[in-house]
Parts: sequence; structure tokens; C-alpha cells
Amino acid sequence: MSLAKISQIAGRGVYVPGDDVDTDRVIPARYMKCITFDGLGEYAFYDERFDAGGRQKPHPINDPRYAGATILLAGRNFGCGSSREHAPQALYRHGFRAILAESFAEIFFGNSITLGMPCLVMDGRDIRALAALIEEAPQTELNIDIPGSRVSLADVGFPAELPDHAKEVLIDGKWDAIADLLEDLDAVKSTAAKLPYIQTA
Amino acid sequence: MGKTLFDKVWEAHTVRQLPNGMTQLLIGTHLIHEVTSPQAFGMLRDLKLPVLYPQRTFATVDHIVPTDEREEPFSDSLADAMIKELRRNCDEAGIKFFDMASGKQGIVHIVGPEQGITQPGTTIACGDSHTSTHGAFGAIAFGIGTSQVRDVLATQTMALQKPKVRRIEVNGNLAPGVYAKDVILHIIRKLGVNGGLGYAYEYAGSTFDRFTQEERMTVCNMSIEGGARVGYVNPDQTTFDYLRGRPYAPSQADYDSAVTRWKSFASDPDAKYDDIVKYDASDIGPTVTWGINPGQAVFIDETIPTPEELPEKDRSTAEEAYAHMKLTPGQPIKGTKVDVAFLGSCTNARISDLQEVARYLQGKKIKAGVKGIVVPGSQGVAAVAEAMGLADIFRDAGFEWRGAGCSMCLGMNPDKLVGDQLCASSSNRNFKGRQGSPTGRTVLMSPLMVAAAAVTGEISDAREVFGLS
Repeated sequence: MSLAKISQIAGRGVYVPGDDVDTDRVIPARYMKCITFDGLGEYAFYDERFDAGGRQKPHPINDPRYAGATILLAGRNFGCGSSREHAPQALYRHGFRAILAESFAEIFFGNSITLGMPCLVMDGRDIRALAALIEEAPQTELNIDIPGSRVSLADVGFPAELPDHAKEVLIDGKWDAIADLLEDLDAVKSTAAKLPYIQTA
Repeated sequence: MGKTLFDKVWEAHTVRQLPNGMTQLLIGTHLIHEVTSPQAFGMLRDLKLPVLYPQRTFATVDHIVPTDEREEPFSDSLADAMIKELRRNCDEAGIKFFDMASGKQGIVHIVGPEQGITQPGTTIACGDSHTSTHGAFGAIAFGIGTSQVRDVLATQTMALQKPKVRRIEVNGNLAPGVYAKDVILHIIRKLGVNGGLGYAYEYAGSTFDRFTQEERMTVCNMSIEGGARVGYVNPDQTTFDYLRGRPYAPSQADYDSAVTRWKSFASDPDAKYDDIVKYDASDIGPTVTWGINPGQAVFIDETIPTPEELPEKDRSTAEEAYAHMKLTPGQPIKGTKVDVAFLGSCTNARISDLQEVARYLQGKKIKAGVKGIVVPGSQGVAAVAEAMGLADIFRDAGFEWRGAGCSMCLGMNPDKLVGDQLCASSSNRNFKGRQGSPTGRTVLMSPLMVAAAAVTGEISDAREVFGLS
């Protein structure tokens, strides 16, 4: 299984402000009634973007100036709540390839890395400064440099951090752990054999 | 230097270090349900991989099941497709499924402990963030995404970073009318909804020592609401007594050796923690939320905080909360009109929750115009409650007595709020739209406080309504 090596990401940005944006908001539970992830992209932030009659509400993602944006900017504790992978799946299938936020909830972070969608942590003031630059020039692409821990727009750059292990798996194209986990099943079996509650017979 | 339970369980389950520095951790027990597993089985088929240890995965169906009309096919064709898919996947892989007809179906985090599958010193994973519940037994239990459900099915392991451990001590006696739910809402209010990021929480102190196993589950359940993926309590005699005789617990002949092993996992007295916080149980009152995350909470006799009373960083979310909840800062939360009262969820739908409410609700009626539903956490809980006469007490009071499932905690089945209805809820999340209506409003509280709100038609102090002192 060969995965893309992800070290540079270029794309236009969109800022969805707010702290503690939970995964119910990213993908309302009623859209999880499915047996594949196909088609989830259109429901990303659905109740924030559409009213009960399906009409668009004012929302950055509905704003034509930011149409086609592939980098999402957000606040603190993004992706908190439910462990549903449907949330990062919906964002990825909507077209997002990276998220920049002040902090991320842990399960959401891991789910996103497994999809090859980096979640980089930035200072809150830098996020708002970057959002202001995007608002001035929504067509200008951002460049995320994963090894260099930086995001830049035109000639302005900001620190954007990933933990070392996440950086490494993205750069090496090993962001989906399954290949590593399958590599040594004998070691798995010998660990299991030492634990009485795991009846392996 | 001593070790924490977390350290010991982690070491016993470490398969190897991966090249990227993460740990490949053996997951001894895997629980699955219909919402987050079908895609994982699909991925296995794509990769042509078998389920490595089918006997270590247990399934039930909870999120999408109707709680009233339970005959199949379900009226919702998507829900019907999901239960059939789970049945097919379990059949093909040889996975034990506590299905609708088993008499054992229910919310996965209630079924695991009830069946004795959840045991001390084990690792547990489930594609559901409230998997932290199982930590009440001294297990290390992780909520995971669907790709990790695939990883566990295929390899019985996951790639993880070891978190830090924070010991949260609560000492002393809770006042009458104050419950485990208030303890965890208080902890989240104090430490914040992201305060647990990067930590496992160890709950300890004399309050936890005295808690029943079910009270411990209520607290561990909501660890994730405080940002901690894992929460646990060290196992003790309360834990061992709870497990004895349950279907999947060790047999009587093996029980003593199992207890000896389980005890060995408890944190050492000189264990080193990354952080320690302490609370006094007597400082905790009946707690209710006023906002759109579980940290936005006050005691029942407090007012809704004004922006000026909050730290700068919390003000924008507070503004969003006032608007969504249609509540006025500076006003008492008590007296807020309630449309729906929901008693259920993996936080508070165990037999002891229902017993405690029924004890006070007996002979009372819920207010005209309030819709009250009781959703037992499992078919096992429902059967016991019916045999004890609790179901009749709820019905006589005007509650609807339903079948087991997640129900109105997240509105994936037909049980949803309508419009901007306000729900007094014993569940765990008050996120915008959480209970099935985008404009619906949720106020989290203990089960007895839900009953008090149902009886009076407004957010009330259960101690006054039911004469506790």
C-alpha cells in the first residue's frame, strides 16, 4: 500500500471562527446513517450552512469568495466531542486537505492524520492575522511547509506546528498506520499470549 | 518509583515501538456498534484482510434503534440497512452480537460492563468517544475512529502516543441530592472542555472509594467531555464484587486468581503523576449546563454568567451559547421552562439511576405539556426495572417507558427534539443540534434533576422538589 508523501500543501484558505467546534457541528448525527463515507462532503457543517428549508445561511464556506478553499482555519479545541471519523471524512470529501487551528481534540486529530489531512497548531493571534490576509486576498494560495513547521501567504509566514510523530508519518507517506501494524503479527500474538484474559485458542 | 495503573496496563499491552515513535498497543477487548463499524469492515474487504481475533470483538446495536416500534424492518430504511449490515458483518467474521432478540442488547458502554466483558487491567477500544466509561473498572479504554476500528479488527492493535496522567482527587461526602453526574460536570467546569487534552484522568480520593461501580462509570463516561480520551478509577473490592458471576467474568474457580491479578494493576501508592488536582466533595452542588458545551455549567442556585464574569478566552463561545440557548446572562438558570425531559444515555441509564429517581418520583406526576421519556440503557436494565416495578412508577408519573438504546442523547433514531424545544437531559452533550433538531436546546443534569424538571415544568432544584436535605 503506497501512500502519498505529504510535506508541502498549497491551497486557498477559509476561516471558520469559533472555539470548541464539536464534531456534531462538523457532521450532524443524522448524516451518519450510512454504511460508506461516500457523499459525506456535502454535509460538512450542514446545520451551520443551511436552514431547515435547505436554504443557504451566511457562512464562510458558502461565501463565493472562498469557494474551492482547501485549507480550513479554525479556533481552539477544534473537533471536540464524538469520535466519529465521519467528521474528518466530511471535511476531506468536501475538499479540505489541511486544517490550521489553535488546538485540536485528540481523537479528531488522530482520525485526520490517518486520512492524510494534517492538523497544524498555530497561535490564535497568528490565525486571526492569517484570516485577515485571506480576507484581503481570498484568491491567494497559502503554502504549508510541514518539515519547516510554517504556513505562508505571499511573503508573510507564521509558525504552524505538528507533533514529531505526525510530521514524520506524513513526510514518509506512512500516515495510515495499518501497514506498520500488520508488519509483525507474531509480536502481537506473543503479547496476547501473555495476557490471561485474551483466550486465543 | 511506583507506577500508575495506566503505566502498568500500557506496558503489559505494548507490542513494540513503531519507527515513528508511536507505540503499537494490543487492544484486548474491542466493542463495536452499527454506526462506526460498517466502513471498517468495508476497508477490510478492500484490503482482503480477515478479523484476527473475532472472539475478542463484541457487538451490539444502539445508536439507530427505535425505542418504541422495535419490530423489523425499521420504518427508517437507512437504520434498517445499518442493523442488517452489522448482522452480516458479525456473521461472516464470527463475532458475538448482542442483537435485538438476545435480551442483552443495549448501549455498548452499558452492555460491556453488564456482561462482565469489561475487566480491570485490560485495554478496550470502541468506535465511540464514551468508551472512557469502561475505565471505571481500571481498564484503559479508548474511543477511536473508524480507521482504527479497522486496525483493531485486522491486527488487534492500534498505533498510539502515550498520554500524560493527571490524578483528580475528590475527597469527602456529597450532600444529599448531589450525584456522580454533578462531580464530573464540576470537574469539567473547573478544568475546561479541553483541559484534559493529552492526559488520561485517574479519578481517586475518598468520594470515589465510596462510589458504587455505576457511579464511577458515570464519571469516567464524561472524561472525553473534559478533553481526556481516557479516564479510570483503580479497581477495588467494589469492582470485584460487581463483576462476580457476570457471564463473561472469570468463573468462580478462576476468580481468586483473577482478583489477585486485577489488584496488581492498581496504581502504586508512590506512583508519579504528571499533574494532581484536588476537590472537596462538600463544595459540589447540583450542577446544570447553561450553554453549548458541558463546561458551561453552574450550580442550580447560581445565575447564568455574564461575559464580564468569564475569562476573556471563554467569552465568544458564551455569546454563541446565549444566542443558541435563548438565555439571558445574569439571570437564574432555575425557572427556565422545559419542554422535554430525557432520562437515558450511557452516562445515566443504569439500574441505580432509575432506582434513585423512582424512589422520589413515586406518587408524583410530570407537568402537563412536558414530554418525558425514560430509555433504559440495556434490555437487561429494562428487565430488572420492570421486575422491580420501577417502570410502573415512571409510567404512572406520565413518563413514556421505552426500549433500550442511545435515543435522544444524539437523535439518530426517531427520538428527537422538535424546533427549539428545551430538554432537561441526563445525557452527556449539550452541543448545538445534538438532540436531533438544529435549534434544539439541551440542559445537562443528574437524573433526579431531570425528574424535578419534568415534575415542575422548569429547571428546578431537586432537593426542593423532592424534599431532600
